[in-house]
Amino acid sequence: MLPIIFVLPLIQLVILSNAATFEIKNIAFAYIDNDHSSASRALIEKFNASTYFNVLTHFPSEAKASAAMLKGEVDVVLEIPRHFERQLQKSKQAHLGVTINAIDGAAAGVKNVYVTQIIQTFNQHIKVNLLQPSDMLSQPSTINTIPLFWYNETLNYKTFMVPGILVLLVTMITLFLSGMNIVREKEIGTLEQINVTPIKKRQFIIGKLFPFWVLGLGLLTIGLTIAKLIFNIPMIGSLALMYFYTSIYILVVLGIGLFISNFTDTQQQAMFISWFFMVIFILMSGLFTPIESMPKWAQIITEFNPIKYFVEVMRMVMLKGSGFMDILPQVTKTLLYALIMNGLAVWSYKKTS
Amino acid sequence: MSISVSNISKSYKNVNALQNISFDVKPGELFGLIGPDGAGKTTLFRILTTLLVPDAGHATVTDLDVVTHYKAIRNSVGYMPGKFSLYQDLTVEENLHFFATIFGTTIEENYDLIKDIYVQIEPFKKRRAGKLSGGMKQKLALSCALIHKPNVLFLDEPTTGVDPVSRKEFWDMLKRLQQKDITILVSTPYMDEAALCDRIALMQNGKILEIDTPAAIVKHYPKTIYNVSSNNMYQLLESLKAYKHHYSIYPFGEFVHYSDKRTDFNTEDLKAYLESRNLSNINIEKTAATIEDTFMELAK
Repeated sequence: MLPIIFVLPLIQLVILSNAATFEIKNIAFAYIDNDHSSASRALIEKFNASTYFNVLTHFPSEAKASAAMLKGEVDVVLEIPRHFERQLQKSKQAHLGVTINAIDGAAAGVKNVYVTQIIQTFNQHIKVNLLQPSDMLSQPSTINTIPLFWYNETLNYKTFMVPGILVLLVTMITLFLSGMNIVREKEIGTLEQINVTPIKKRQFIIGKLFPFWVLGLGLLTIGLTIAKLIFNIPMIGSLALMYFYTSIYILVVLGIGLFISNFTDTQQQAMFISWFFMVIFILMSGLFTPIESMPKWAQIITEFNPIKYFVEVMRMVMLKGSGFMDILPQVTKTLLYALIMNGLAVWSYKKTS
Repeated sequence: MSISVSNISKSYKNVNALQNISFDVKPGELFGLIGPDGAGKTTLFRILTTLLVPDAGHATVTDLDVVTHYKAIRNSVGYMPGKFSLYQDLTVEENLHFFATIFGTTIEENYDLIKDIYVQIEPFKKRRAGKLSGGMKQKLALSCALIHKPNVLFLDEPTTGVDPVSRKEFWDMLKRLQQKDITILVSTPYMDEAALCDRIALMQNGKILEIDTPAAIVKHYPKTIYNVSSNNMYQLLESLKAYKHHYSIYPFGEFVHYSDKRTDFNTEDLKAYLESRNLSNINIEKTAATIEDTFMELAK
C-alpha cells in the first residue's frame, strides 16, 4: 500500500504538469487565397513562420475549407479575398475572413488573439511599405504597449500548474485514505472490538489522524523535490511557511474525511461521497479557472473550499515569496475550518449505536 | 450477580430482536445462550457489552448499569465478537500488545491468565493475524479478550466455523477459565455444546423459552423418545409422518427420534405398522431426550 500511496501521485504530478497545459500550440491552419498576390503570400508566410500554427494546406474554395473544418481537420481558416493587394494599395484598407472552430470556446478565443496579432504585425509592416513620403507627416504616432509579466516572467504554465497539482495530490490522498479509514474498520469489524475497550474518543480519532497527517507532509516533501528537480519551479518564499500552512491544511482534509467515514457504512459509500466533494473542490479551487470569473454565488461557495486557500497560499509563497502576514487571512480561515471539521468528526463518532 | 438482565427489549425497524428478556448469571458461572441464527443472541451481547442501547428494560454487568456506567463496564469485560475482529494486518504479538496497551496493562502482567491459550499460538507470533487458521484466530481473539483480566467474558458464537477438535479444545479452555473466577456468557447454535454449560437459556425469535441446567432442561421433555431406524431413511420418515399416533418426528443422525401421543404406546405396534409399509431392519429403542429434542419441543 505504501508504495502505491507515494508512487501513483508522483507519476500523476509528472504527467499532469507536462500535459495539462493552457498553451495552445499546433493549430491546424488552412487558407483560401483568392488573390495570389505578393501581399497575400507575405501574409501567409507570416503564419508559416509562427510556431503556433501548422500551415496545413491551401483550399481552392470556401466549400472545401468548410468541409475540412466539419471533419475536424482544420481549426482556423483564413480567407484572402480577391483584389486584396490592390485594395490595400488603393484604399489603404482590406478585409480578411477568419473562421475558427469554436467547439472549445476558451481555445477559440486564444486562437483568435494569435491570428489578430499576426495580422497586426503584418499590417504595420505593410503600412511602412505602402507609405508615400508625403503621407509621413500625417502619420499618427502609435502607442506601443510592452507587457511585463510579474512572478512568472516567461508565462511558463508549469510554474503556475505544478504548485496547484501538488495541492491536488496532497488533498486527494489524505481525503480518500482518511475517508475510508474508519469505514474500513466498520466493514471488517475491528471497530466493534475497539468500541468495547476503554479507549477515549479523542485518543482514537488522533490515532486515526496522525499517520495520514505525516503521510500528507511526506507527500508534500516529495512533491516539492520533484517540482524543483524536474520542473525547476522557483521557490521564492519560505519553505517553513509552506509546511506550516500545509500542516494546518491537512487537518481540515482529515477532518472532512473522518466526518464522511462516520456517516457511511461501506467503503463504497465513503469513496463516492469523497469523490463528490473532491470534484467540486477541484473545479472550484481556482486551479483551472480563475475564481474572479465565476458567478457571484459560485464565488461565495468557493469560500468554503479548502483547496482554494491551499492553491492560493502555495502560489503566493512559492512564486511571490509572500510572508506570514500576507497569508494570514488564509491561515486563519483554514485553522477555523480545521477546528470545526475535527470537532464535528469527534462529535459524530459514536462508540455506541 | 455478575450479569442481571430484566425485561430488555430491542427492535430494529420492523424486527423485534429481543422481547422482554430477563435472566441472571451468577459469579463464576458458565452460562450458555442457545438458539438458532436470528434468535437475538448477538443483539443481547451488543447490549450487554454497551455497544447498543436497549429500547426498554435494564441490565447490569458486575452490578454496573449498561447504559449509565458503560465506561466502567468497558474496563472490566472481555468481548469476543462472532466475527473475527482483530487487526488482520498486525501480527499475533502486535495484536496482543495493542489490546494490552489500550486497556492500560501489559502482556506480562496477566500472562498467567492467557498462558495456556497463548502458548499454542506463540510459535506463530510473528505471523499476521489474517494469515492464521480459524482455530488459531480464535485462540488469539480469546487471548486479546482476556489480556486485561476481565471479570466477565462475553463470547458470541466462538465455535462457529471451527473444526470439531478445536471446538473441544476451546470448551476445555473455557472450563479452565471458569476456575479462575471469570464469569462467562457464551452463545452457540450447537446443541451439543449446551450440555457443557452450567446453565443455559434456550432462545428463539427474541424470546427466552427456558432457563435451567442442561440436565434439568432435558427432563422437561414430556414424552418418551424412541430411536427408530430402518433400511430406508426417507421411506421411514414418510411412513412415520403418515402414522396417526405420532407426536414428534425428528431425524437425528442415523436414527429418527420418535415420540407417540398415546401413553400406552407399544413398540410392537409401530414395528408392525412400519413392516406393513415395506420397511425392513426395523429397530426401535428407548432413548434419553437431548437438549435438541427439548428445544424442538419448546420451539413448536
